Amino acid sequence: MDVMERIKQTIEGNRIVIFMKGTPQFPQCGFSMRASQALAACGVEFAHVDVLADPDVRQNLPRFSNWPTFPQVFINGELVGGCDIVMEMYQSGELQRLAQAAANA
Amino acid sequence: MSASDRIERMRARLHQALRPTVMDVVDESHLHAGHVGAQSGRGHYRLHIVSRQFEGLLPLARHRAVYEALGEMMQTDIHALSIQALTPEETQPR
Repeated sequence: MDVMERIKQTIEGNRIVIFMKGTPQFPQCGFSMRASQALAACGVEFAHVDVLADPDVRQNLPRFSNWPTFPQVFINGELVGGCDIVMEMYQSGELQRLAQAAANA
Repeated sequence: MSASDRIERMRARLHQALRPTVMDVVDESHLHAGHVGAQSGRGHYRLHIVSRQFEGLLPLARHRAVYEALGEMMQTDIHALSIQALTPEETQPR
């Protein structure tokens, strides 16, 4: 399958998904670690893609999403942001509301 | 190319595109020396930027405006960029 199609299906097939370096259990980058911990703290299930293990996705997701860095968090098919925005939203409580609404929809 | 040249180029591009009233670029590359992402030679930076052009924009759009201003430097020079993008009003104490 074409990598762009694969990215699209991953984003559309998961209500909440994080594209990160490493995994939530073994993050390989501090920014990815913080963003995945914030999602975990929302108490919802979320999918993850380790872009270090999938070089095609690492190469092409920035073009797909118009966002140059990782991590990238998508909720209900929309880019929410990278580490800074996700952390700001977590601190304001907005991430919890958005994630729980998506998980319970 | 020295690290300070790189910061000067970042500042020039951001200034050109966003006309900031406040702009601080901090090189945090030393905090990440030796980890996988640092091997490319690209840097880690923290940006604090205040601009009228962020008015009416959500954080996602503000960050995109910064990335767009930096252009290919995001691929060639910058490995990670932490962004705080505010409007002048948002910096006023409440």
